Amino acid sequence: MGYELNMRVWRGDASGGHLGSYAVEVEEGEVVLDAIHRLQATQAGDLAVRWNCKAGKCGSCSAEINGRPRLMCMTRLADFEETETITVTPMRTFPVIRDLVTDVSFNYEKAKQLPSFAPAPRDRDGKRRMMQVDVERGQEFRKCIECFLCQDVCHVVRDHDENKPAFAGPRFFLRYAELDMHPLDTNDRRQLAQDAAGLGMCNITKCCTEVCPEGIKITDNAIIPMKERVVDRKYDPVVWLGSKILRRDQRREVGPARPTPQPESHRPRPKGVLTRPEVARALATDLPAWSRTGDAISRSVDAPSFMDGIRLVLRVAELAESHDHHPDIDIRWRTVTFTLSTHSAGGVTARDLRLAREIDELAG
Amino acid sequence: MVSTSSTSGPTRHPGSSPTRHPGSSPTRHPMTGNRMDHGADSGFETHDYDVVVIGAGGAGLRAAIAAHDADARVAIVCKSLLGKAHTVMAEGGIAAAMGNVYDEDGWQVHFRDTMRGGKMLNNWRMAQLHAQEAPERVLELEEWGALFDRTPEGLISQRDFGGHKYARLAHVGDRTGLEMIRTLQQRAVALGIDVFMECTVTDVFTEGVGEIGPGHHEYDHRRVTGAFAYWRETGRFIVFNAPSVVLATGGIGKSYQVTSNSWEYTGDGHALALRAGASLINMEFVQFHPTGMVWPPSVKGILVTESVRGDGGVLKNSEGERFMFNYIPEFFKSETADSIEEAEGWYTDKKNHRRPPELLPRDEVARAINSEIKAGRGSPHGGVFLDIASRRDAEFIRRRLPSMYHQFKELADVDITAEPMEVGPTCHYVMGGVEVDADTERSTVEGLYAAGEVAGGMHGSNRLGGNSLSDLLVFGRRAGHNAAYHAQNASLERSLPSPTEVKAAADRALAPFHLHEWEEGENPYTIQKDLQAVMQRLVGIIRTRDELAESLGEIEQLKERAKNLLVEGHRQYNPGWHLALDLENMLIVSDCIAKAALEREESRGGHTRDDFPTPDPVWGGKNLVLTLPGGSFDTPVELRHQPLPEMPQQLRSLFEDAQ
Repeated sequence: MGYELNMRVWRGDASGGHLGSYAVEVEEGEVVLDAIHRLQATQAGDLAVRWNCKAGKCGSCSAEINGRPRLMCMTRLADFEETETITVTPMRTFPVIRDLVTDVSFNYEKAKQLPSFAPAPRDRDGKRRMMQVDVERGQEFRKCIECFLCQDVCHVVRDHDENKPAFAGPRFFLRYAELDMHPLDTNDRRQLAQDAAGLGMCNITKCCTEVCPEGIKITDNAIIPMKERVVDRKYDPVVWLGSKILRRDQRREVGPARPTPQPESHRPRPKGVLTRPEVARALATDLPAWSRTGDAISRSVDAPSFMDGIRLVLRVAELAESHDHHPDIDIRWRTVTFTLSTHSAGGVTARDLRLAREIDELAG
Repeated sequence: MVSTSSTSGPTRHPGSSPTRHPGSSPTRHPMTGNRMDHGADSGFETHDYDVVVIGAGGAGLRAAIAAHDADARVAIVCKSLLGKAHTVMAEGGIAAAMGNVYDEDGWQVHFRDTMRGGKMLNNWRMAQLHAQEAPERVLELEEWGALFDRTPEGLISQRDFGGHKYARLAHVGDRTGLEMIRTLQQRAVALGIDVFMECTVTDVFTEGVGEIGPGHHEYDHRRVTGAFAYWRETGRFIVFNAPSVVLATGGIGKSYQVTSNSWEYTGDGHALALRAGASLINMEFVQFHPTGMVWPPSVKGILVTESVRGDGGVLKNSEGERFMFNYIPEFFKSETADSIEEAEGWYTDKKNHRRPPELLPRDEVARAINSEIKAGRGSPHGGVFLDIASRRDAEFIRRRLPSMYHQFKELADVDITAEPMEVGPTCHYVMGGVEVDADTERSTVEGLYAAGEVAGGMHGSNRLGGNSLSDLLVFGRRAGHNAAYHAQNASLERSLPSPTEVKAAADRALAPFHLHEWEEGENPYTIQKDLQAVMQRLVGIIRTRDELAESLGEIEQLKERAKNLLVEGHRQYNPGWHLALDLENMLIVSDCIAKAALEREESRGGHTRDDFPTPDPVWGGKNLVLTLPGGSFDTPVELRHQPLPEMPQQLRSLFEDAQ
């Protein structure tokens, strides 16, 4: 039944580390993650490891076991000899945070760059119709649990940090293929997959398919068809003609996704920057001549003559110097526009409101 | 042995990897891209939001999307990476009366099934809203890219599940939860919502409103001002200034030994709500899913989807008997087949046959399995047999149940197309949760909302399979909208968390690193294990007065021990420390469950008392409400009785018609 397992587990952080040797009691039927948990509970309470479902469904506990990228929860101890020492190290392609935990933000950044699903309108009854055979291709790709083992094993980025900016990796080729094959999508991402995501850098070594714990045929079913589609689009005159006729190809070519720009009120607000309602209240109560545009407030003054306008600008300039807070000034014949914003804070602050009041006094 | 450097302290700078830029200001968090305010080297960063959503499962993501759509500035804060929340474990489907398979289905039928499944203890208004709004919520997911299985006409296919009169569950094979979370995650990313990943909230800040009487320190009610959290990666603290907080933290399963829940399920939201002054209801009702894996030990508790039974699987004991026919309760007799012939007919002709008893609500099936095992008719590893291999062909099983096939093959060396599975009950879901207003999901604290498993009322004493995913969508959206509206109304008079409160929250979080030298430190892993053993043994499926009373004594002792927690290492990604902080939540919640279970002297849904084996109509009109007036984990939980909200006649007649 139970036996003592010898393990080597990488311990350390970004500044360096080493393989720690441990002996841990294990039981029949256990997986590598069980052994790691027992280490945590009995010998190394601070051993850092990610995990969640422990059933191969969430893709959190990715690591390299004896050098092979695997899920710790799906790697059975029975697959090793009892006398064999099992070595567990963090995924190599991503920077280490601590012990077995790596910084996988690369993947979340790549996800943000991908233009999302853009469906055609619903049918008249408010529902949508797709045939099972048409959704099955996409469904295979949507089995992905985002364990990022395919990203980890991919030689384009493994040990090649310099390729990361231009290469999205197998996980996202899967996503491109999924959307490209979606019966209701209206975006054309083929050029983008080739250019921005670096599909062309993949030379189909199939390592990603080999390590996929979900058994998704990443290379055969996603990457190769995507490569073919990109090529078709470029060179095939029939496809070109078809694209003029068939609905399916009347798709909109899209560039890299920029997350829907949040209204500025949605961005984290630095210290001192007033909220929109706060600005609105100030303008309403004692700065009626001012209005807000974006991150700034502005007011125009109609001077009696061009030279009166210039004299006003001079007085405001002196005031601004004394406060070390400078407005943007626009002069058009006898109309002068002052725009105030605290650029260092990225928005309207109390300093802007004070300067606005003083400009009002000078302008009358 | 290994030693790691422990140079960290409260002032430690986040990370030191070359990809990060310590000291440059302002900078972005390396994991999330969120802006970090480095002005505060004393160990805090501060963020202002309208709505802070705690939890990134289905309810949290849906709430965040709704709040964003209502023009609020939203943050999602979650303990794991985005997309890993427990929702991915949901297998069967989303219950919604879309009528794609059976025209006869409609919200009234779904409402009635839900109320009956919950033994009429549900908040009727929540059950009604849920049944009415679920179909549109499902269609919305499709709008955002979800690929559901289809009917021959190309519509979203719907499958049978326990307690649902018609085939009603929209699904993707047996990985519906993954499809749902990925869809919502991708939607949230496309909208550019800020996500604080691997970040744990330990306090919700509130202030008193409406002082009662001059010189008094009693308030009319409390109002949210923000929340306190730490980055798991660095241990660095975060103060959120926000008038609205949505709790979407899921359940409490980790308090039990055998559970389908992951490490995250430590009752955080339940405890945060109590400590902030809100109340919990229905905590005595814990759902034990009838079919969890029982072998090998390392996977004990992992879920085996109800779809196995929906798609034709049956339960058998060691004598080969299909025993569920012996356990049909009076309440469900009229709609359940009482012979094998009739049950078999149902799979192909639902109009002229009643449902097989394997598809009774989960509480009934779990109790039946429990009884068979106790009577000595269990399987070799202490479960019963779930057989689909002898009833459906291998191709069908692999297509309809791919994850189950995979799970048993990989983890237990069992080929479910050729041999039966061994299954037994596993702690799966808590019906109880934060007491909320049915329409707005607001708790008794102004600005504090709850949705999904952490909210109480919707499911009464027992939840039907498939109603959880629809619950997340319906009430996640409502909570998000209302939290956004509240923030808008509060925008001109926002109070900030007081410095004293913030200091207290930081001290509390750091306590497990410091102990007086004369005290002996307790290992958080050991206390967690002891708590799980107590809950499993004394507050499990079948309960008695003596055992529940004993459990309360045990929990009290564990609370004493938990005052002396000591963790090794430093603040950077330290699971021991994280567990120490979660443990207080588990203790509070376990106390609530045991207290309410002792009080309710009847058996109903997910609460079975050996000493009071039947439902009692008097108890059927009452909720038990729990509060924590002392505000900290080592102060007593208080309990009171409260009548159920009364269902209007118009809805009551739905039940009379059906009889």
